[in-house]
This record gives sequence, C-alpha cells and structure tokens, in this order.
Amino acid sequence: MQTELLGYLRPDGDYGIRNHLLIIPTVICANQVCTRITQLVPDTVAIPHQHGCSQIGADKDRTFATLSGTGRNPNVGAVLIVSLGCEVVDPYALAEDIRRTGKRAEVIDIQEVGGSIKAIQRGGELAREMRAELNLLKPEPIPASKLRIGVKCGGSDATSGMASNPALGAASDMLIDQGGTVIISETTEIIGAEHVLAARCATPEVADQLYAFVARFEREVERMGADMRGGNPSPGNIAGGLTTIEEKSLGCISKCGTSPMMGAFEYAEAIPGTGLYFMDSPGNDIECVSGMAASGVHLVCFTTGRGTPTGAAVVPVIKITGNKAMYQRMTDNMDVDVSDILDGTTGVGLAGERIWQEIAAVASGKLTKAEILGHQEFSINRIGPSL
Amino acid sequence: MAHAIQPGADALVVDPKDDVATALRDLAAGESVQYRSGEALEHVTALAAIPFGHKIAIRDIASGQPVRKYGEIIGQTTEPVKAGEHVHVHNVEGIRGRGDQAGSAKETNTHAN
Repeated sequence: MQTELLGYLRPDGDYGIRNHLLIIPTVICANQVCTRITQLVPDTVAIPHQHGCSQIGADKDRTFATLSGTGRNPNVGAVLIVSLGCEVVDPYALAEDIRRTGKRAEVIDIQEVGGSIKAIQRGGELAREMRAELNLLKPEPIPASKLRIGVKCGGSDATSGMASNPALGAASDMLIDQGGTVIISETTEIIGAEHVLAARCATPEVADQLYAFVARFEREVERMGADMRGGNPSPGNIAGGLTTIEEKSLGCISKCGTSPMMGAFEYAEAIPGTGLYFMDSPGNDIECVSGMAASGVHLVCFTTGRGTPTGAAVVPVIKITGNKAMYQRMTDNMDVDVSDILDGTTGVGLAGERIWQEIAAVASGKLTKAEILGHQEFSINRIGPSL
Repeated sequence: MAHAIQPGADALVVDPKDDVATALRDLAAGESVQYRSGEALEHVTALAAIPFGHKIAIRDIASGQPVRKYGEIIGQTTEPVKAGEHVHVHNVEGIRGRGDQAGSAKETNTHAN
C-alpha cells in the first residue's frame, strides 16, 4: 500500500517536501550580503561557504555542481544568486543550470550594483517578491514512490551498528518496497565492509565502481602517510567503543537495508534512478549531507550514538539513536529513539516501522528538531588546492 | 544481524563467528558477565572494567591474529588477548587505511580533505 505524503509540485514534475527560497553566494566574498538578505526577509535560507574562487579543474566543477544541485533540489522553490563579480564560479551559468528545472533564479552582482549596501537592498527587494510568489503554492498529496532519502551516520558509537543502523536499514527497505529511492554515502566508512555491499550490487560494473571509489580514498590516506584511526574512527567513536575503521564500517552499512545496489555516482551528481544507490563522499557529516542534498534527496535520516545537533540548509535531517543515555541527555536534538532494541523490548523491524512513520510525517511537513532549532549547516567537499 | 535481542544479557555477540561481545552496560573487573550469542546465554569473567559499548574477548586470541565482529574481520591483535579482556585500541589495530605503513607517498588528486 502506498503511503501518501504532502509536497509542492515543481514545474519539471518533481515534488518538494519544503518550499524554500534559497540564497546562494557564488563565492565566500558574497556571504555577508546573503546573510543580511535573510535577516531582511524571514523564511529564506542562505548557504554561506568558503569557496568559489582560486579553484580550478575538477575542484571548481565540484563546487559548481554542489551549488547548482542545492539550487535544483525540489525542496527549493526559487533561488537568488549573489555574486561578487570576479570569482571563478560563473553566476549566470549557475542560474541557467538551476532554471533547467523551470524554477525562477535571479542574479545580483555586488561590484555591478555598487557595493554591499546596494546589493543588500536590491537582494532584499527580489527576495521579498520571490517569497511572496512561493507563498501562493499549496502542498498536495504525493505518493511515497516519489520520495528520495539519504541515510547517514555521524558521531557513531557501538549502539549505531547494533541498533540505530539496522533499524534505519529496515525503514530504507520499506521506502524501496514502495518504489522510492535511498542513497548511502561515506566512502571512508565502507572501508573494510565494501565486499558486503559489492555482493549486493545489481551488476559487476556497479561493484567495480564501488571498489574504485574505496581504492581512490585509500590512496589519499596513503598520501597523507598516517593511520586513519584518530581521524576516522574519531576520538569520540573510539571513546564509544569503536576500535578500527573496519569495525565502524561494518556497523555503518546496515543503514541502507538489504535492497540491490543499482548504481554508484560521484559527489553531488544527480541521483540517476530509483532504488538504492551509492554516492562517493567523505564521512564528514556536513560535506556528506550537503552532497546528498545536491544530488536531490528530499530528506536525510541520520543515526548517531554520541549525539550531534547538525541539520542542513534545504533538507530536513531526522536524528535517530540507539543510545538511551544520550537520547535522554540530548532530547533537544534527537527525533527518534530506538534504544529499546538493545533493551530487548522491541525488534529491529518494529523500530524500523517507527522510523518510517517519522519519515512519512517529516515528508508531509512535520519539522525536525534540527529545523526547529534553525540548524542550516552547509559545506562543500574540496578535491584540490586553493590557488 | 540479530532481529530481537532478548533481555537479561550483559553483553551481546552479533555473529556466531565473533571473538568479542559488546557490553550492554558498564562491566566491572572480576564480575561474571552473561553474554548472549544467538539463542544461547554464556559466561565469561571480565578481567578489566569494560564501559558500555566496548568489547570483551569471549575466547583467547594469539598476537597478530584477526579479530571478528559482525562475522567479519575488524582488525588484528597487537599482543595476546585472553578471554575476558577489554578489546580496544590498546591491543587491536586496523588493517585498512594504514597510510603510516604505506611505502613512498603517492600523488593523487582526490578527496584531499
């Protein structure tokens, strides 16, 4: 039976579960103007970041893809781009890429309009007008088959691998059973467990791609000349009982359920189809979730044992934990408690059903704790030096 | 993956092939620890204090041997480990992601974060 959700129909036929007006700085130099515009016009979201200039090649392309994908995400109804005027990320190409979805995208140029104050004023006028347009849209019923979610873990401890990740895996299977889409990521955190995922890949080519992503990442660790333990697993992971990256990875992969892996794609690229997919990314929470949002997920389910408050700019982030003591300490930040799996008072399937109900509620407008608290974290994965 | 963990155990073995159980509460040195492995409840005496979420060896493991959890290899011992010992970074090292053991540095252009 199809679960019915509530969302906003976009001009390209896709649906969003939020109706954001997004303000994108093409470069760090435009961050402050963007932040000021969000202060002038409430119910807008900006994605300040460190990049957009002194970048070349694949590194520049990745920044562009992340900004464009975030703008094209269906949770975004319209986009205002703020450019300095001399950066490497071309604001007009960015607007054109975003307009391919049929949504409105406007550009202002700080050097052209004559400085910060004039840019803030012009940006404020445009943002007010665009926000008023978006407010006319009414949410309508959408089938769960249209839903795309990311599954992520961060601040893991031993409860992640034994409770919250398997429960999220059960919920992932429920969405895929309804024709929906799940992406798992964090290449670092499948090291030592890639053979388990590879055995589930739909074709040998998908398995080869997965192994190639892992090999590329391990070469980077070799280049750094250090044991990755201490960076990943992190000091908090180790304090929580995780000893090696292999142990962490084997606990991580259960969060994507048991469906066949249909494909594997690069960071921030558009999700190529429906079902289960892998996206290359670091384990770093904010870079990973930002890449998932740029790839087109509607929301992210995020398991944690140590506890973490982070959200995301354009997608709701649902926090799930199997650590009862942490849930009680950090109730401000946690959405779903599945620690009763470890008490032996519930099974993984029932806990998965609890997560699925929360996904359906959030995909019909319920705000997550991170949204209520205004968490709008955003960061872009770098693969090159600053020039 | 276990689909229903029965109440009453102090520690849990995820897969029958495993060398370790995970503590479901803080365990004190010297106490008899009841751990669940599948349907069976078994005992091991804790040789050290073992915090919630950390691992206790359920059998002796020689030095340099693989250690299993989830039925898979999570690393290898760096010294002999006795049943009941705390199994963690002081006596187990990772096998993967060991840039410290790699040969000459390689130049690549990916994921430099």
